[in-house]
Amino acid sequence: MSTGNLAKKQSNSAKTWKTVKNSLVHVGLAIMSAIWLFPIFWVVMTSLRVENGGVGSYTSYFFPKELGFDNYVKLFTDTKLLNFPKMFMNTLIVAIFSCIVATFFTISVAYCMSRLRFKVRKTFMNIAMIMGLFPGFMSMIAIYYILKTVGLTEGSNIRIAMVLVYSGGAGLGFLVAKGFFDTIPKTLDEAALIDGATKWQVFTKIIMPLSKPTIVYTVLGAFMGPWVDFIFAKVLCGVKKDYYTVSIGLWNMLEKEYVHQYFTRFCAGAVCISIPISIVFLSMQGCYKEGMSGAVKG
Amino acid sequence: MKNIFKRKPSDFPTEYTVSNAFKKGDALTKLSFLLLGVGNVAKKQVVKGILFLITELAYIGYMISYGFYSLKELTTLGHYEKIETWSEEDGCYIYEQVGIESIQVLLFGVFTIILTLLFIAFWRECVKSAYKAQCLAKEGKHINSFKDDIKDLFNVNLHKLLLTLPLAGILTFSVLPLIFMILQAFTNYSDVDNKLLKFDWTGFDAFKQVLSLKGDIGRQFWSVLLWTVIWAIFATVLNYIFGMILALVINRKGTRCKGMWRFFFILSIAIPQFVSLLIVRTMLKDNGAINNILMDWGLIDTPLPFWTNATWARVTVIVVNLWVGIPYTMLQMTGILQNIPADLYEAARVDGANSFVVFFKITLPYMLFVTMPHLITTFTGNINNFNVIYLLSGGGPASEHLKDTAGQTDLLVTWLYKLTIDQNDFNIGAVIGIMTFIVLAIVSLVTYRNTNSYKDEEGFQ
Repeated sequence: MSTGNLAKKQSNSAKTWKTVKNSLVHVGLAIMSAIWLFPIFWVVMTSLRVENGGVGSYTSYFFPKELGFDNYVKLFTDTKLLNFPKMFMNTLIVAIFSCIVATFFTISVAYCMSRLRFKVRKTFMNIAMIMGLFPGFMSMIAIYYILKTVGLTEGSNIRIAMVLVYSGGAGLGFLVAKGFFDTIPKTLDEAALIDGATKWQVFTKIIMPLSKPTIVYTVLGAFMGPWVDFIFAKVLCGVKKDYYTVSIGLWNMLEKEYVHQYFTRFCAGAVCISIPISIVFLSMQGCYKEGMSGAVKG
Repeated sequence: MKNIFKRKPSDFPTEYTVSNAFKKGDALTKLSFLLLGVGNVAKKQVVKGILFLITELAYIGYMISYGFYSLKELTTLGHYEKIETWSEEDGCYIYEQVGIESIQVLLFGVFTIILTLLFIAFWRECVKSAYKAQCLAKEGKHINSFKDDIKDLFNVNLHKLLLTLPLAGILTFSVLPLIFMILQAFTNYSDVDNKLLKFDWTGFDAFKQVLSLKGDIGRQFWSVLLWTVIWAIFATVLNYIFGMILALVINRKGTRCKGMWRFFFILSIAIPQFVSLLIVRTMLKDNGAINNILMDWGLIDTPLPFWTNATWARVTVIVVNLWVGIPYTMLQMTGILQNIPADLYEAARVDGANSFVVFFKITLPYMLFVTMPHLITTFTGNINNFNVIYLLSGGGPASEHLKDTAGQTDLLVTWLYKLTIDQNDFNIGAVIGIMTFIVLAIVSLVTYRNTNSYKDEEGFQ
């Protein structure tokens, strides 16, 4: 009898211990999430701050006294000094074109490396690995000179230059897509080839339809590039404001001469960029997971 | 590494080689050594042969008009002079530039060399093609017409079709610039002594300058290198540990709303990095949000020196990097954790192991095994982590030596950026880039070779 009670007590205390532990974990997670989400919350709050006409970089209080969308309206209508709508369009154009070229490059190289066998394949993969170890923008200045020699750093050619910069070397980033193609069984190719298909048909009619997640992943990744890069854009544009992309624009808003006037607008701009980019990012994650779990399920 | 250079028997043996063409080729094939495509034209591959010939003529034309000249200039990096003459008419000095800037000489020289290498490869293919046509004609086999060749591009030679454009892109936007930059390390191309327009080959002088323990540049280099390695180790290891703990905590049985917690953390990395980093930088400024709040609450009297004190700044960048990196690690770990074979845990539970033993005997070894390559890429990524440092601290605070170009939190990459973009010390910058590469190559080779995932590929299968 007494032993049974003891056992019960023990299991009871184990249960309470478990509850305490669980709630501790949840409290911990809540605190951590708060730390991670705090800056985002702060930016959203600041972007909605409209007292004193939204002017003033930092305030001594955290919650704004008046809320409103004035900063967003100003961001898109007041285009005298920093033309945000134009920057947005610039980035969009560059992103669309470089996305097309980069996706084509990446997918073709990945496909060749994964499913075709030819002489220089291994050499190419080794060289690609070695080149990945050099600091990426070490070649930036050289690229600038090359583009300058061909006359692509003047006027509206800058847009072409940007597209080339973001997509030119894309062939080297073939690893993820190659990993995906590797998971597709070779027997599919062989069966099609025996049936008289050409390799081109195997590529376009069999492998491509099976690789949607990876293609979407590559497309989204390439599309994001111009929005999040800022060093190449800065070097290419220099002081030519007409061709600024959003990232240079946002960076400029925090420079000394603008920050007082523009800080709340910077926050509004950051929110405007972050929403589409985070949607793209989240869908990329979905595609990545789907891609990694294999093409042919069974 | 050795395997890369050792000559192995080819996986794609063929009898149509250049040496065979030389030994066994007939007169027309041998003529094709000089006049590309002649052999092909004779064997009724007219279009192909003419295309070969046109390419050869184009190459020769380029070499005569620019190529040889730029190769010759490359040896001395050109000649360039600025002639100053006093003009009585205008009452001022008139400057006249003679020659080409060295930088253009270097660029065209490298371009010509790459073009020549490509042409040699092309020439070999043409000779082989001529010899192949000869052999096929002798054996009475079918010789591909131009139409057949085009068809082959979509079948046997699909790789040629798919790879040409991407390779051209890589050559122009990755290989050419890289060689161009590497070569600059062997010149005196810098603002020092006004060598920006005309510079010379100086051998290993720039390397000596960087590696010497004396001298300003050398002293900065070693301290920046030390900080880069410390930074990379802390950033990688702490991210790994905390990311794994977070993933484990979210994944454990008792935790509810797993999806929600994950979403919260992922949300913070879904925002473009330059935006979130700029925001954090602003928040941590002397008059930024964090200091404001702390002062409002009366916890501190003077602002905390997040970006103005060297030690504070170094700790801050590492901590902020944790903020950026932990969600990424968590994301990757979650996938791997869910793949740990359940029977391993079951066996441990049957044996009566508690959760600590389970973690150190099963979870950790398994994770280390699977994530070693990931760990190495993170490490190399951190050594080259330009964004976090440049956008957060900008390399500052400045060093106590006034002349120094490297700040206290500068990594090799951000210093490289400052040296080239701000200071125009291109040769030193190129050396730093090469040194970064060497450090990375050594680290990744050594660690990768010593990991279990390399030695024992099937340890956990």
